[in-house]
Amino acid sequence: MELELRKIYIKDIVFDEKTHVDSGVLYINREEISKLILEDERLSEVSIDIAKPGDSIRIIPVKDVIEPRAKLKGEAFPGIDGVLDEVGRGITYALKGCAVVTTGPIVGFQEGIIDMSGPLAEYTPFSKLNNLVLSIKKKENVSPHEHEEAVRVAGIKAAHYIAKQCLESEFDESETFVWNDLSVKLAEYPDLPKVAYVYQCIAQGLLHDTYFYGRDAKEMIPTLVNPLEIMDGALVSGNCVSAGSKTTTYHHQNNAVIRECFKRHGKEINFIGVVLSPMTTVLNDKYRNSIITSRIVEMLGADGVIQSQEGFGNPTTDLMMICKRLENKGIKTVLISNEDAGVDGKSEPLPDGTVEADAIVSTGNSNANLHIPKMDKVLGDLDALEHITGGFEGSRQEDGSLIVEIHGIMGSHNLQGFSKLGAVTK
Amino acid sequence: MKRIIFYTNQFFGQIGGEDKAYIPPRIEDGAVGTANLFKDKVEGEIVATIICGDNYYAENIEECREFISREVERLRPDLVIAGPAFNAGRFGIACGDVCSFVNDKYGIDTITGMYIENPAVEIYKSNTYIVETGNSAASMRKAVPRMAALANKILRKEEIGLPEEEGYIPKGIRVNVFHEKTGAERALDMLVKKLKGEEYRTEIPIPVYDKVEAAKPIKDLRKAKIALLTSGGLVPYGNPDHLPAATAKFYKKYPIKDIDRFAEGSYESVHAGYDPVYANENPNRILPLDLFKELEKKGEIGSLYEFYFVTTGNSTSVADATRMGMEIAEELKEAGVDGAIMTST
Repeated sequence: MELELRKIYIKDIVFDEKTHVDSGVLYINREEISKLILEDERLSEVSIDIAKPGDSIRIIPVKDVIEPRAKLKGEAFPGIDGVLDEVGRGITYALKGCAVVTTGPIVGFQEGIIDMSGPLAEYTPFSKLNNLVLSIKKKENVSPHEHEEAVRVAGIKAAHYIAKQCLESEFDESETFVWNDLSVKLAEYPDLPKVAYVYQCIAQGLLHDTYFYGRDAKEMIPTLVNPLEIMDGALVSGNCVSAGSKTTTYHHQNNAVIRECFKRHGKEINFIGVVLSPMTTVLNDKYRNSIITSRIVEMLGADGVIQSQEGFGNPTTDLMMICKRLENKGIKTVLISNEDAGVDGKSEPLPDGTVEADAIVSTGNSNANLHIPKMDKVLGDLDALEHITGGFEGSRQEDGSLIVEIHGIMGSHNLQGFSKLGAVTK
Repeated sequence: MKRIIFYTNQFFGQIGGEDKAYIPPRIEDGAVGTANLFKDKVEGEIVATIICGDNYYAENIEECREFISREVERLRPDLVIAGPAFNAGRFGIACGDVCSFVNDKYGIDTITGMYIENPAVEIYKSNTYIVETGNSAASMRKAVPRMAALANKILRKEEIGLPEEEGYIPKGIRVNVFHEKTGAERALDMLVKKLKGEEYRTEIPIPVYDKVEAAKPIKDLRKAKIALLTSGGLVPYGNPDHLPAATAKFYKKYPIKDIDRFAEGSYESVHAGYDPVYANENPNRILPLDLFKELEKKGEIGSLYEFYFVTTGNSTSVADATRMGMEIAEELKEAGVDGAIMTST
C-alpha cells in the first residue's frame, strides 16, 4: 500500500470568480461554496470570511478545522462526502498552510476559540493558517443532532471541493508513505523494536463523536487501521467540546504520532500497526475495548506502544485501563495526556491513574488562565463564550478583553501531541 | 536598594539555646546572627532581623503573625528570608509559617531553606521557595550561597527555573511551558528510551489519591432522610446562577420540596461533557426525583431532603472536587441527612 501526498503550500487566500490555486494563492468563489453548503436543506445561511495569520480576528465557537484534501482518482473523506470507497492508496493532494474552519451559533455547549493574533495565537496551531471561515446557520426546528451533522458535513464538503479544484495544479512537494503487510515489516527490520500506536477517539454523543468511514465510532469495536487511510480523511471529527483536548479533523489528517512514527520507522523503531479504539461512556465498553485493544496489540507482537487520548475525565479511565493491560502483557507503553491541575496548578493533575502508567507525556494544564485582548473582528458568535469550558461568568472584562482557560482554545493541548505545550512541576 | 527582612530563631539569632525557646518575637535593626552570612551575598539591604523562640512561635502562631504583620507593614520589604532551618522541626514550622503567611497576605516573595525530610517541607513547600539544605547547621556554608542565589533571582524579578536548576524543593505546582519538541516527538523519545531500558522521566507522576472510607449502611431506610446530588449540571431553566459548562468551582442547591418531578422546559443540563438532548427531554434521567418522590410517598424512605445539590463534573480539578465534596457533606450533616444519592454523568 502506497500513498503519495502532493503538497501545495498556500500563502494567501483571496475571493475570486473561480476557485483555483495559482502560485501559492488560493482563489475562492464565494457563491460557489455558499451554494454547495446550502444544498443541505437543514441549513439556512452561510457567510464566508478569510482569517489570516496576524489579523485582529477572533473565531468562536469553532466546530471543526479541516485541511483541504482530494484524491487524483477516487474520493477522500469516505462515508462523509462522495462515493464510499477504500482510501489510503494512490495520489492525494493536500493544501498546506490553509484550512476550512466551521463556526456559527452554537449547536450545544460548543466552544473553541481561535485568535489570529495576540497571546492566544501562540496556543493554537490554527492561528498560523490561512483560514476560510464558514459561519453556518441552521433552519428552525432542526434538532441539535441534525444541526451537528449538517455543519460537520458542510465543512468536509467545502474542504473536499476546494482541493478538487486544485488537482490540475502544480504541487510544491511530494511525500510517499508505504504501508507494507506485517510479514514484510518483520523481515525488513528484524532488529528494531516493534511499535504500535493505540489511537483513541472519543465516541460519546452530540459534539463528542468521531466518524470512521462515516461510521459513528460509538458503534465500533477497536480495530486495526491503515495510517494512510487516516491521511485521506477516513477519520472525521464530530467533536469540539472542551476544545483544547479534542481532535479536529485537521489533527486526524495530520496525526502527529503517525507522522513521528513514520519519521523513526526503519531507524529507531519498526512501526507495525495502528489500533483505533473508541472511548464511550459505558463502563462495560471501557472494559471490552481495553481487552480487545490490548489483545490486538499483543497479536501484532508489539514491543512498545504510544497511546494517545482524546478528551479528559472518563476517557482517562480508558487510557489507564488499556495501559495497565499492555504493561501487564510486557508491552512498554507511553501515554499522552493533558492535565487538569486547577487554575493554581496545585491539584492532582489526573482524575484517574494506575501504577503501570510510568511514562506519560503532558500536553499542558488546561485549567491555567489566559488574558486575551479584544479583537477588531469576531467571526461566529461571541455570546457562546460564557457557555464554554474555558469561559466562565465574568470572563468578559470591562475593556473588552477576556479571561479564558486554556481549555477553551482550539487544539491548545491536543492529546496526539501535535503541539509543544506541556506542564512541568515548579 | 531592595529591602529584606530576615527571620530566625533564638539559637541562630544568638540569644540562647533551648532554654530561650520561649522568648516572644522581637526585632532588631540590620542583620543579626545568621543574617550576617547573607549580608554580602544578597543584592539588597537586610533592614531588620526578627528573632523568635521556636516554642513560642509554635504555641502562639496568631500573636506571632500579628507581630510580623506590623513589621512588614512598617518596613515594606521586597523579600523575606527565613532560616535556614535544616532538619529542626519547630524552627521549620516557624520559617514555613512566616514565609507562607507573608506571601499569602502581602504578595511579598519569601524564601527559606530546609532539609528535605523536615516535616515542615510537606506543609509549606507549595507556598514559598524552600531551598534544599543538609540536615544540620554543619551544611550552613553550602546552604547560604544557594539561598542567596535564588533570593537574588527573585529580587531581580527574573523567571525562576525548574527546581533542579535552582535548587529549591518542588512546590508541586504545575506550570505550562512551551517545549522545544512537540508532545509526539517527546513521546517517541520516551518510548525509545523505555524500550532500550534507558532512564527516562515521566512528565506526569501518577498521583496518590485520598481514599474515602464509605459511611456505614443505613439501618432503617424508612426512617432515613435522603438527599439527592448530581454532578450532571442540572439547573433551573435559564441557569440563573451561571453554573459553568465545565471546570466548575462551585455548586448550587435548589429546592425540590414542592415539585414531584423535574419537568421538561423547567430544568436543563448545562454540562458540556455529554449529550444533553435526552437530559433536557426528561431531566429526571439525570437525577431521578420522580422515583424518589414516589418512594417518599410510599414510605420506603423516611423523607427526601428539601434541596438537591448540583455542580458540573466536567474537567473539574481533583482539588476543587474534593473541596466541594467536603462542603456539601458538611451541609448535609448539619441538615440531619442520613444518606445521599449522587448521580454522575
